[in-house]
Amino acid sequence: MAFRVVHYINQFYANIGGEEKADYQPEIRDGVVGPGMALKGALGSEAEIVATVICGDSYFASNMEKASADIIEMIKKYKPDAFIAGPAFNAGRYGTACGAMCEAVSKKLGIPVVSGMYPENPGVEMYKKSAFIIQTKDNAVDMRKAVPAMAKLALKLLKGEKLGTPAEEGYIERGVRKNKFYDKLAAERCVEMFVSKLKGESFETEYKMPVFDRVPPQPAVKDMKNAVIALVTSGGICPKGNPDHIEASSASKYGEYDITGVMDLTSATHCTAHGGYDATYADQDADRVLPVDVLRDMEKEGVIGKLHNKFYATVGNGTAVANAKRFGAEIVDKLVADGVTAVILTST
Amino acid sequence: MVKEIERKLPVVHMCTIVPISLTVGANRIVPTIAIPHPLGDPTRTPEEEKALRRSLVERALKALQTEITEQTVFTK
Repeated sequence: MAFRVVHYINQFYANIGGEEKADYQPEIRDGVVGPGMALKGALGSEAEIVATVICGDSYFASNMEKASADIIEMIKKYKPDAFIAGPAFNAGRYGTACGAMCEAVSKKLGIPVVSGMYPENPGVEMYKKSAFIIQTKDNAVDMRKAVPAMAKLALKLLKGEKLGTPAEEGYIERGVRKNKFYDKLAAERCVEMFVSKLKGESFETEYKMPVFDRVPPQPAVKDMKNAVIALVTSGGICPKGNPDHIEASSASKYGEYDITGVMDLTSATHCTAHGGYDATYADQDADRVLPVDVLRDMEKEGVIGKLHNKFYATVGNGTAVANAKRFGAEIVDKLVADGVTAVILTST
Repeated sequence: MVKEIERKLPVVHMCTIVPISLTVGANRIVPTIAIPHPLGDPTRTPEEEKALRRSLVERALKALQTEITEQTVFTK
């Protein structure tokens, strides 16, 4: 008898809609939907996709606990032997949902879980310990390679076969350590690595140190009444018409916009360039993302010293981490030079 | 972006998906309303909406005025 698999996808891959349908509530359908077709082909006769869960990315992100609990109940009825989510490539909310569902299913149902994501997807950092996440490229062009790799790994897990290293199997390292026997003593291997390092050759450590990329918090603002507060956003707010042509996704730049004398952002003056969320509300009133109106009131009332006369905006939608880092580093230097005290950064 | 800014200036991250902000490494975090309108709620009247936005910004200013030693989510 074939293994029973439940597949998880978002509203986009279920052909229900894009961002305007991202609040779609979870449902389960018998059989395959969307990319499940390719997954079914890759699984072959050994496993069958008995049902597909569909959930809107924004709905999941805004209701993680409820969505996850509801979906678990839906899945249970199908008595699955494994759970496969995505692939989500570099879609942040989708990847987070896939990872969260994998973790929930693994904990509650105790069955193998597999997903597929681009290494920079925030879902990887959050859930790589809980799920096997096949490493994919950053967009759906990679579906052809991602799906067979996910199917292959799922079948191995279902059959209880021994797994190779993450590199051999194609999944992202989970930080699991395993004992292994070597012919050479540790001292010998260590010296060999050291010699390679001295020669400038490549070598592979047997025990990777974790990377803690953290920045210590800055001291608190002491004198808010005289502070200059600056606004920065990854929500894509810009003057109407997006004069700098900031990309709707994978932004390569940010904009610097003067708001001297601007008391309120309106649909006539500002909009969003962001392509990763439903722009309706931000286009109606950009203060919903960048609170200029409220900060102007506070400036008048003397709650803050001043709202900085420039704001900075980019689109945080599949944006490369390296780009985001560069934007942040450049923006803060400008803010420091302009005498800004502290920053409010809003994200969508 | 938030981490690069924190290297030189105090910053508060106002966002809806707090787990992502925690993973990325923001230190002062204020949870907001919803992804497409973090600082607004189109179901309310414009006056109510602005009052809601004001309360969130006040919380952000409070976060900026609070000494912290680790990542802190300001839910009040």
